[in-house]
Amino acid sequence: MFDDFLVRAVLASVGVALAAAPLGCFVIWRRMAYFGDATAHAAVLGVALSLTISAPIFVGVLGVCLVMAMAVSLLNGRGFAMDTLLGVMSHTSLAIGLVAVSFLSGVRIDLMSYLFGDILAVGKIDLAVIWGGALMVLVLVIWRWSGLLLSTLNSDLALASGFNPKREQLILTIALAIVVAVAIKVVGVLLIAAMLVVPAATARPFSITPEIMAGVAACLGACASLLGLRASYLFDTPTGPTIVAVSATLFIATNVAVRVLPLVSWRPVSRIAKSSRAKNIQELNRHGE
Amino acid sequence: MSNTLIECESLSVHYGKRRVLHDITMSVEAGEILTIIGPNGSGKTTLFKALLGAVQPSSGKLKKLSSLRLGYVPQTLHIDETLPMTVGRFMKLPGGHSIQEVARALSYAGVPDLDKQQIMDLSGGQFQRVLLARALLGSPNLLLLDEATQGLDHRGAADFYRQIAEVRQHLGCAIVMISHELHVVMRKTDRVICLNGHICCQGEPETVGTSRAYRTLFGLDKDEAALYMHQHHHQHAHSGNAPHV
Repeated sequence: MFDDFLVRAVLASVGVALAAAPLGCFVIWRRMAYFGDATAHAAVLGVALSLTISAPIFVGVLGVCLVMAMAVSLLNGRGFAMDTLLGVMSHTSLAIGLVAVSFLSGVRIDLMSYLFGDILAVGKIDLAVIWGGALMVLVLVIWRWSGLLLSTLNSDLALASGFNPKREQLILTIALAIVVAVAIKVVGVLLIAAMLVVPAATARPFSITPEIMAGVAACLGACASLLGLRASYLFDTPTGPTIVAVSATLFIATNVAVRVLPLVSWRPVSRIAKSSRAKNIQELNRHGE
Repeated sequence: MSNTLIECESLSVHYGKRRVLHDITMSVEAGEILTIIGPNGSGKTTLFKALLGAVQPSSGKLKKLSSLRLGYVPQTLHIDETLPMTVGRFMKLPGGHSIQEVARALSYAGVPDLDKQQIMDLSGGQFQRVLLARALLGSPNLLLLDEATQGLDHRGAADFYRQIAEVRQHLGCAIVMISHELHVVMRKTDRVICLNGHICCQGEPETVGTSRAYRTLFGLDKDEAALYMHQHHHQHAHSGNAPHV
């Protein structure tokens, strides 16, 4: 059954969606969306590097993403605001990656396939790499779940319960690099962040616990992948972008539904109003000191 | 000696080259309420972290009773609205406690029926009680409260302290708290330590409240000159602000 390219495409996209969704929840909770984007952009440099030393793409991308993520974590708080730092590093790494690719004379590479993914060209080995990486991320996240969650809530609470928030941050960073490295073939460098963030954001209004949010996000991600593949087959559109577009449609549709339907609408709205009020009070307290 | 839960002897803590705490000699006895007060930047939270074991002292000794079980109530923390979390789930994080234990801790903290609620929907006072309940789960014999009433109004703070006094009656645990709100705290507390990098003065609340070191540290004397005189005695800047009262 793996001989059919469509079957391989389905399995590849579902694998990426399942790993990306729970991780995407952490990306949202910790406000790391731009961090994911920066890590993904660095992947182009990884592609250039892999082709230069003729190593597997997965290895080069994983290495460069890890270096990028560590660099951002290390430089954070040393005279730069996080968003400035990410704004600089994200686009710099993309630009340097694109320049590096242009130096690779003799090798003809299809840049578009790395930027936007080429899911229909996923081979059996790619599939094995994608599922291997996805399972690794899932195992890592499930194994460290309590520590990750607690240090996301509050680093002092985590410390008091015997977890080291810095180690948990490192684990997330590694998981993020793995997801980027396996997702590059499916949705490409520019759209990986959407695979992380959009299903998790869609799941938020339906969730009362973090576990439910991760589960719902995984289901939504998988559904978006299947629907996106189907749509791209029907309308003959590029597959990676179609998957992300379907995912975004689900996000918009559910958010409209949640606000329009009277039964569910009060919860998220009242929650947002309340939390912004809480934030204002916190601000006041801070200024008062 | 068996009644001493935790004891430090000439403890110092450095952040890099900056000396945050020095010559801290203090102890916490079983069952007592001890309040640590001091201006901003006086090292209150650092002292707490040293007691918790989150910060390594650069010199000095820190002795803990082997049967010491610490419960920690943090400063009011902001939970991001993107993170869905029920009180029940929060209580069981990182896990290992039964539903009955969680229910008992919640009722000790005065919020018995909240476990199905979203944390986002709680009032400041309720959330602070949930944090207290969570700290009670391991049946601690020492409870650390880090400015636990920050963000509560006077009445809310007074209610919260009443709850804590009740908890001590039920569980008999010692309580160490950091506070700015001197007057609300002082009535309930057995002992006060006045901190500004080192221990400026300590003793019973009445003694500390009238002591000159305390009054000058918080700028309570109308005569501004007293502040400068005090600076001559100790070699450190009293840069902290007066507390809100």
